[in-house]
Amino acid sequence: MLLARLSQEEVTGRLVGRAHWHPLEVLFWVAAFATIWLFPSKHLILTEIAWLALFALSLDLILGYAGIVSLGHAAFFGFGAYTAALLAKHEIINEPVIALVVAGLAASALGFVTSFLVLRGTDLTRIMVTLGVAFVLREIANQNGWLTGGADGLQGVTMKPILGQFRFDMFGHNGYVYCLVVLFVLFLLARRIVNSPFGLSLQSIRNNPLRASAIGINVNARLIAIYTIAAGYAGIAGALLAQTQAFASLAYFDFERSADLLLVLVIGGTGYLYGGIIGAVVFKFMHDYLAVLTPQYWPFWIGLLLVVLVMVGRERITGWTAPFRRMADRLDWRRLRPRGETTEGR
Amino acid sequence: MTVVLETRNLEKRFGGIIATGNVSLSIEKGARHALIGPNGAGKTTIINQLTGVLPPTSGRILLEGQDITGLSAHARVGLGLARTFQINQLFADLSPLQTLGLAVSERLGYGHDWWRVTGSKPPVMAEVVELLERFNLGDVMEDPTSQLPYGKQRLLEIAVAIACRPRVLLLDEPAAGVPEDEREDILAAVAALPSDVTVLLIEHDMDLVFSFADRISVLVNGSLFVEGKPEEVAQDPRVKAVYLGEEAHV
Repeated sequence: MLLARLSQEEVTGRLVGRAHWHPLEVLFWVAAFATIWLFPSKHLILTEIAWLALFALSLDLILGYAGIVSLGHAAFFGFGAYTAALLAKHEIINEPVIALVVAGLAASALGFVTSFLVLRGTDLTRIMVTLGVAFVLREIANQNGWLTGGADGLQGVTMKPILGQFRFDMFGHNGYVYCLVVLFVLFLLARRIVNSPFGLSLQSIRNNPLRASAIGINVNARLIAIYTIAAGYAGIAGALLAQTQAFASLAYFDFERSADLLLVLVIGGTGYLYGGIIGAVVFKFMHDYLAVLTPQYWPFWIGLLLVVLVMVGRERITGWTAPFRRMADRLDWRRLRPRGETTEGR
Repeated sequence: MTVVLETRNLEKRFGGIIATGNVSLSIEKGARHALIGPNGAGKTTIINQLTGVLPPTSGRILLEGQDITGLSAHARVGLGLARTFQINQLFADLSPLQTLGLAVSERLGYGHDWWRVTGSKPPVMAEVVELLERFNLGDVMEDPTSQLPYGKQRLLEIAVAIACRPRVLLLDEPAAGVPEDEREDILAAVAALPSDVTVLLIEHDMDLVFSFADRISVLVNGSLFVEGKPEEVAQDPRVKAVYLGEEAHV
């Protein structure tokens, strides 16, 4: 066997380099934060995009990375929303950020308990089990009207200022900044998670659980962990909605919400974290724009987009943008230095 | 010599069918032990029971004297028992670099690390580099595994098992399906396994078996038939009758 000598520094650079910030990512977030000043009149819909993006990011963690299909992710969304709304209504926790954290932890706890149901079985059984959990929770909220307000929703919630400083104003300015900052912070955390050995092990489990266990990975423990984390993310997304609307309703648990979420992720693509955010932007703006044009028929256009996406294939669409990404690559000095010429033209 | 891996009356039934019956196998430390037998003899079923993929119906498995019969597959890896698969079981979307980085990280106890970037630990990378070199995977280290030539995938299959730094390694037909021009790399990799690693080899290729093994067990219809040194097994008329005779014309 002819052995090529490799330098450890270079090999390390190639593995660690996968986690480096791409210039397009920086541009993406600069643009996202620029919307605060550029589009003040759009802050209400941008707020919806922010919590939907966070919700989709949550699904991406379990679906795109660990390969767990869920059609009941609204269970955690609704649970977090009701937790946050109840905390505010009964003045248990008056500061929204702390309430948000508590709502996330509550949803995580629910995620941990129900994670044991999704460990075994095929995609189909997972779909059914997650769907069932969401139905059960919705019905529990429905039956306990004394606590949740039942079918009327939880009314009479008044939100105190964020950090005691910033009121939720009627134009949604502060609410949007709040949601965007939460989305960004949790995105950063998710980015660390997926680039870590733990995150890589999730991808290996999605690829081949048999081999993952054959290299010493406790597959079930990892799936429980990520399901718990993702449930917390979904709960925080729901809590953001409840806090910005000062309201919670049974619709937060609806099947349609879980299904729309899957659609958002299909539009944006799974397994690279930005899919949920991009999908949320496309989904909400299409919804907004088309609902004005054809209020009744907007699902037609979403359906058409879905079919086109699946038929044309996302690879081909990302292929069209490749020249722009290559252009951006040249701006990245870190990639040029350790890699040298060997990776040119890849 | 000390026995490192032992089965006692290992039996596996699927419904009424006995896949392996009453298998008592002892593998000595540092051995190059081959398990041969006709198709359907139950060789892979034994490997699957040894590694915890299939629970045995009855019987016990001991690794270095410790009863591991009830342990999960991943726990056995932690005790030093690793395997390769007859049909590649790799991470299709991950590169060899990521695959080996993951396997070494897991073994060195960084598997729970959810904060630091994979590969940021120098001890991990030192081993990864060494494995990439030893298995000649440096030129394809960043390609998705699904796009590697079959021979490279086969090498990665062995490299991943070695990354677990096993004391006992189970090789399930390492050369199966490898084209002639890529076989040499596989055979060299198998021959170069560290001598302190105990190896149990399942193989159809008799050239490989007889060049590699210092002990051979023959499995027929789920039961151990003959066991001995290669020359003894080769001379055994019963083996010739049931097995070698049938293979000779292949």
